[in-house]
Amino acid sequence: MAAIEVAPGIYNVGAVDWNIRDFHGYSTHRGSTYNAFLVIDDKIALIDTVKKEFADTLLENISQVVDPKKINYMISNHAEMDHSGSLPRIMHKIGEDKPLYVSKMGQKNLSMHFPQNWHYHAVENGETLKLGKRTLTFLETRMMHWPDSMFTFDAEDGILFSSDAFGQHYAGPEKFDDELGDAIMPHAAKYFANILLLYSEKIKKVIDAVSEQGLKFRTICPDHGIIWRSDPKRIIDAYVRWSRHEPTGKAVVVYDSMWHSTERMAEIIAEGLTEQGITARPMSLKHHDRSDVMTEILEAGAIVVGSPTLNNNVFPTVMDLLVYMKGLRPRNKIGAAFGSYGWSGESVSHVRKALEEMKFDMIEPGLKVQYVPDEKSLDECREFGRKIGQALNQRLA
Amino acid sequence: MDKYVCNVCGYVYDPAEGDPDNGVNPGTAFEDLPEDWVCPICGASKEEFSKEE
Repeated sequence: MAAIEVAPGIYNVGAVDWNIRDFHGYSTHRGSTYNAFLVIDDKIALIDTVKKEFADTLLENISQVVDPKKINYMISNHAEMDHSGSLPRIMHKIGEDKPLYVSKMGQKNLSMHFPQNWHYHAVENGETLKLGKRTLTFLETRMMHWPDSMFTFDAEDGILFSSDAFGQHYAGPEKFDDELGDAIMPHAAKYFANILLLYSEKIKKVIDAVSEQGLKFRTICPDHGIIWRSDPKRIIDAYVRWSRHEPTGKAVVVYDSMWHSTERMAEIIAEGLTEQGITARPMSLKHHDRSDVMTEILEAGAIVVGSPTLNNNVFPTVMDLLVYMKGLRPRNKIGAAFGSYGWSGESVSHVRKALEEMKFDMIEPGLKVQYVPDEKSLDECREFGRKIGQALNQRLA
Repeated sequence: MDKYVCNVCGYVYDPAEGDPDNGVNPGTAFEDLPEDWVCPICGASKEEFSKEE
């Protein structure tokens, strides 16, 4: 990637990671980008860096605009290594004594990543840094999504440098929202569902705080994916909606299967849901990874989880999803458990208990079928689907 | 009763509100929270909390 002008004097000098497909367990089918922003004024600031292995690209991109040694301030909005990994190279290049602006938790967390005794400047919430005609304002945004997370706001240009918030794992020829239109939203939803969902309460407060401060931004520059320059309100509105955990008339029937019995049950349960006007999607965990399932769960009103019994227990891929989903704390869901078994049949009660712990409103009892579902069992599956659909329709009414 | 702040994420435990989502009734002093209680936002343990100034 070459340096991309975001506004006069402001450049994205980050890197495109076309080939990454697994971002710490999150499937990135379209790769990702690590955005870093160069602000040229009387003084020059660099906001964030990129993953360690992309440091050369970052330095080349900066050099297209300005000699890296001329950078006066390094600003780190987030300590995670996809944004801080090139700090050692950058600090070495620009001068180890240059001030490194961070949040208080940023200083604490970066010092546990890097042994260098950098010239940290830990900012207070709302502190400013004058670069010339532009003044940057720093906003603490803890747990959006790490304790160190902060935003940097450039009032002159109306640009919010939002760190990971409002990001998307998307690498493409398009660099701005207007170049992609609606197609970017599923990527933004996946990012929210898999990275931010558990901090919904914090997100509501941050968005309120940003509005209260009267920050008028025309552009949002996240650290991943495209830049929101034509319609930043669109992503803000989506974040407000997602953080409310509002259920919709959509159900996810997620399962794994050993001999197609739980699979057959899933398909018929989905048909029962569809009969009730619910958009139901069976998702096999052999064919969908946990982060794609989580994306569907984001707006779903009912989560129906199926597992065969293997060795008196839940099937491992289903357990993987349950552990992952629990950590992301989805709320306001109707839950139900089902599965086929051979002789002992423990999986359904284990799944049910796991969903109860997530505070889902459970459809009781779970549905178990021994060995292979016959016509009667399939009717029960359809009825089970209908019952879940009715419960969801009542909730939405 | 004193409020306590999570040093990691900034969450404030207010005894007047308690933490009903996690089974802590309003009116529960920070000192009386169970030892295995954790910050409802970030999951940090009780030791990570300081009394609000």
